[in-house]
This record gives sequence, C-alpha cells and structure tokens, in this order.
Amino acid sequence: MRNLPPYYSTGQIAWHYGFRVICAIIFFFLIFPIMVIIPLSFNAQDFFTFTKEMLAFDPAGYSLKHYEDFFTNPDWQQALQNSFTIAPVATLLATALGTLAAIGLSQSHVPYRSAIMAVLISPMIVPLIISAAGMYFFYSRIGLQGTYWGVVLAHAALGTPFVIVTVTATLVGFDRSLTRAAANLGADPITTFFKVQMPLIIPGVVSGALFAFITSFDEVVVVLFLGSASQKTLPWQMFTGLREQISPTILAVASVMVFLSILLLTTLEMLRRRSERLRGLSPG
Amino acid sequence: MTDTTANGAPVLTTQDGTPLKVSLARALRREKMRSLVLIAPLLIFILISFLAPIADMLFRSVENRIVADTLPQTVAALSAWDASSGELPGEDVYAALHDDLVIAAEEKTHTRLGSRLNYELSGMSSLFRKTGRRVDRMDEGNYKEQFIDIDKDWGDVETWLFLKRYSPKYTPGYFLNAVDAEYGVEGIKMKPEDERIYLYLFWRTMFLSMLITGSCLLLGYPVAFLLANLPLRYSNLLMILVLLPFWTSLLVRTSAWKVLLQQQGVINDTLVWLGVVDDLNRLVMINNQTGTIIAMTHILLPFMILPLYSVMRTISPSYVRAAKSLGATDWTAFWRVYFPQTIPGIGAGAILVFILSIGYYITPELVGGTDGIFISNRIAYHISSSLNWGLAAALGVILLSLVLLLFYVYDKIVGIDNVKLG
Repeated sequence: MRNLPPYYSTGQIAWHYGFRVICAIIFFFLIFPIMVIIPLSFNAQDFFTFTKEMLAFDPAGYSLKHYEDFFTNPDWQQALQNSFTIAPVATLLATALGTLAAIGLSQSHVPYRSAIMAVLISPMIVPLIISAAGMYFFYSRIGLQGTYWGVVLAHAALGTPFVIVTVTATLVGFDRSLTRAAANLGADPITTFFKVQMPLIIPGVVSGALFAFITSFDEVVVVLFLGSASQKTLPWQMFTGLREQISPTILAVASVMVFLSILLLTTLEMLRRRSERLRGLSPG
Repeated sequence: MTDTTANGAPVLTTQDGTPLKVSLARALRREKMRSLVLIAPLLIFILISFLAPIADMLFRSVENRIVADTLPQTVAALSAWDASSGELPGEDVYAALHDDLVIAAEEKTHTRLGSRLNYELSGMSSLFRKTGRRVDRMDEGNYKEQFIDIDKDWGDVETWLFLKRYSPKYTPGYFLNAVDAEYGVEGIKMKPEDERIYLYLFWRTMFLSMLITGSCLLLGYPVAFLLANLPLRYSNLLMILVLLPFWTSLLVRTSAWKVLLQQQGVINDTLVWLGVVDDLNRLVMINNQTGTIIAMTHILLPFMILPLYSVMRTISPSYVRAAKSLGATDWTAFWRVYFPQTIPGIGAGAILVFILSIGYYITPELVGGTDGIFISNRIAYHISSSLNWGLAAALGVILLSLVLLLFYVYDKIVGIDNVKLG
C-alpha cells in the first residue's frame, strides 16, 4: 500500500482508514453469506447454525452426511441429471444462433440495425415472471408446455442475448482485412469462417456460451411454469426445498454450486485475458 | 476504364463494363442480404419462442370470447335490449338464454362461463351452476317466469346489465381489475376501499424497489470508489469479491440469507452471544419486508457496483487535484468536482437495479412472507393457483410497460449497445 502524504492532518488520516474499514464491512456483507454456507454444510446435526462442537473444532461436529444425501437421494440425482440434459442443449442452440447473428450484426451495413438489436436483446430485459407467464400461455396453446423441448427452447431464448453481447464485443476488435485476405487467397466463406474468424473470436463465443449455460442452469422461474415434474431441475428442487421443508442438504448443494461458480469465474477471467492479449497483437 | 454518357461526361465502369455506381450498389445490397441471412435464424427463433408468447399475453389480457361463444343467441338477442330503460329484457332474450343453456349444459361449458364471470362479479358461478342443472326440465313458453323461479337474480336488471357489458369479444375488465376499478351503475369507478389490493401492491413493489436501489447505491458507491482508485493489481483482486456473488446462483444466495436470517440462524446466535439481543426476543428478520430488502440488496449490489466502477475508472484524478490546489476542502472537491462526474454511473446503476428489482419473483417468494411480496408473486399466484389468467396477463402487461418505459430511459442514458457483462 502507498504511504500517506506527510502533510495529511489527523482528521484526513482517520478518514483514510475509516473509509477502508467501511469498505471492508461492505465487502464482508457481499462475501460472507456465500462463504458461511460452506462450513455449515459440513454440520453433523440437522441444524442451520454452528453447533458447540463445530465452534470448538471438534471433528465429531463435522460430517459429510448432507453431501452423501445429495449424491444418493434419487430426487436430487434426478434434478441434477435434468439440469445437465437441459442446459447443454439450450446452450448449444443459443450459442450457434447467437454467434451467427452477432457476425451478421457486426457487418458494416445492416438495415434496421437498432430495431433488430432491440428484439434480439429483449429476453434479457423483460422480467422473468412476464416471460414465464407469456411462455406458459403460448406454449400450452401449441402443446409444448410440460415438455423437455419447451423448456430447452425457452432457456435458449433467454440465453441468446448474452451470446450476442459477448460475441459482438469480441468482434469490435476483429480485423476485417483478415477475412478479406483469406477470400483473396481463394478460401470460400465457410473455410474463412472456421479457419480465420472462428479461432480469433472463440474467447467471446466461449464466454457467451458460459453465460448461456449459467442462465439455463440457474434459471428457475420459467422452468417452474413451463416444466412438468419430469423436467425438475436443480434450482427447482432447491426452490421447493426452501419453500416447503428446508433440509440441510440444500446447504451441501449450494456449496457445490459455489464451487462451480468459482470454476466458471476463473475460466471467464482466463478467456478475457487471452482475448485482450490477442487483441493487442492484431492491428485492428 | 471509362465510358461516356449521353452528354459526353465520362462514367466510371468496372472491368465487365457495368457502371461503377451500379456495381457498388449491387455489392452493398449483397452485403445487406448476407447480414440479414446471418441474423434471420435467430430473429425467427426469438419471434416464435419469445415475442409470440409476449404477444399472446397482451391478447389474453383483453380477450373475452367465452360469453359470445357459450351464449351466442342470448348475446344477439341482448343487443336489441335497451339497457338504460331500467326494465328487464323481453321474453325473446329469456328464450334465447334457455336455448343456449340447454346446449351449454350438455357440453358442460356453462360452469366454465360461470367461473370466468365470477372473477368480475361474485355469485355468477353458483348462478350458472344452479340454472344449468334445471334448464332441461323447463316447460316450453313463459321462460322469463321460470328463470326468475330458479334464481331471483335473473329478475335483477343488474345481472343483465352485467351480461351485456361482458358480451363483446374484447373487454377492458381485466385491466380495470388490475387497477382496482370496476364497472358501476354509471360507468367506471374505483372498488370499495377494503377490496383494493393491486394499486397498493404496485405501490409497495415500487417503494421497496426504490429502497433496495437506495441501499445498493449507499453500499455500492464507496466500494466502487475504492476499486476505481486502487492500483489495478489490488483492485483486480478485490473485484473477485464482487464478481463471485454476481456469478453465484440466485438460489444459493437466497438460501444463504434464509439460513442466516432465521430466528435460530447465525446472525441471531451471534447477537445473543454478544449480548445485544435477549435469547427470548430474537429478531424477526425473515418472512417480512426486512428479509426481502436485505437479501435483494445483497443480490443486486454487483449490478450497482459494476457500472459505477466503469464510470469512475475513466474520471481523471487531475480534476480533484486541481480543485484542491485551488483551495477546495476534501469535501468540496468531492461534492462539487468528483461527484457530478459520477452521475452517469449512478443513473445507469440505479435504473438497472430498479428494473431488475421490480420484476423479482424468487427472492420475495422465499424470504418475503406476506408483507414483503411483489406484484410478480401475485401474477404467479393468478397463473398457478387462482387460474385467473386474464388478470395475470393484465398485471403482467402493466408491469411490462413500466419496465419498458424505464428501459427506454436507460437506453437514452447509457445506450443499449453499451450493456457490458462481468
């Protein structure tokens, strides 16, 4: 840390440290609720608070039984499996369509550009409860309500704006003369896309895909209305668990999901760094 | 390569002899087509999977075909009746009602009509149920008397006024309900004081959202300021503390608060241990407005910090330095020089948090109890429990217009293209 200027008055020094204490408290508020559930999830009792044994660091106070329940209970396992069959398909759909559209949108002459952009971004703006209500009404008319594909389509629609935003951001730094050079050297558009453009924009595509994945994986409102019992996802199971009989297994599930988000955050950060490095190299 | 036009001026052409202008226009058109072809699949996908449902909801909020579909002859006969006369309709209307109800009772559609009309006027469901049971045992002729015999409501002008009002295919009835109004004898009026719920709920949603936005700003501003003024290697590390909650599942964060705030939870235990709170008077911080405000402030705080941070990063420190060298105190330099430059960030963050918060459903549902719920919870209730879809759609349309209006403002301030993630 930098040293404080020597001419600071006592009041200024006090404020300097006081301000840091205030910020530390706010950071604590941000991170504490997420971190506290991890030790709590190892509770040997069915309580939601630290027992005397846990505070004394007595090994008897800790156990893996809530994790065991998560990995053996058929309800949770079914939910986990459903989440992992819905999210990847929705991600694939959202990423493929979103990347194509983002490339289209980044061309220099796009008619009605802002209107199209507004339509494509709209799933991100409309409150989830309204999307869920509308989809419930409409999908039950066309027989998609309560089906696997209904949920997948809905989740893909919710995920595409994130793909568009991230891929468009990557394409801003993309040097168009590279594709022109490839075409000049005789490559057809498809070869150009896969050999020249794709490797350069891949960080944006992957982070867009991660956003789409997490949108679907965390989403609960839409699936609550659109899904039937056989599409019960992990967040849905957590939601019912929290609303009806709150069981400590939820804490174990939550800890696993915190671990997943740390993994995700690291991946995204690495992608961002790679993208910045590549942008530094390319002349655009 | 040049060619000449009629008046002898040279025209630039391409190699194959077409004028350059035409060739360029063609290339431009081709480029436009190519971009549209790339965008088209997603555009069609969003139109079908997302915008069509929203349009369907708009339609449902005014749709009212069930009366005309179930009682076609009655509706036709009623159109000739002068509602302002204050007299009951003639025998022909009662005869038409008899014919309609015989068919409806056979197809069992009269109960559906009854429960639809019951949303607007209680007692309608039982009236149609009762009449439907007896209608096929009626004697021919003199239907008016027989209907009034079954239920004296059929002899009430109000009932017929009501039916006539709801016979068109589209109705503003759901919207009236959604703003606590109803049809009275002389036009639209507000419902009695004790039956108004939605205006209050809208007001509460806005008020709580404003409180949440305010507390996010209060907590987010110092943090964003610190992050923006630290050297990058420290601020990148501290940024993790903001981004980790941002990336953690909403349900994980809500369940964390549910666990922390409950009466036997960690916070109450700590307060009791510290002696701040008596063991018998543990604080009630969940299933009420306090719970909603605390949990949602935590959940939405990163959405305030990130825009504030990106604006503060661009503010050059030399302005504040100049102010101080001209004799301003720390406070004046901050308030008169630094703070005004952060207004765009405050605007962006506040509108974003407010938009997100008025549409929230999950967190209020889980930690809000009865007095901490939002309008979204009422919409969900009408869809899955009371099955009054029209009213749910009308409430949804009002909420949606509110959000779109706010987003328009956001677009004017920040620009839709500047949405950044992470």
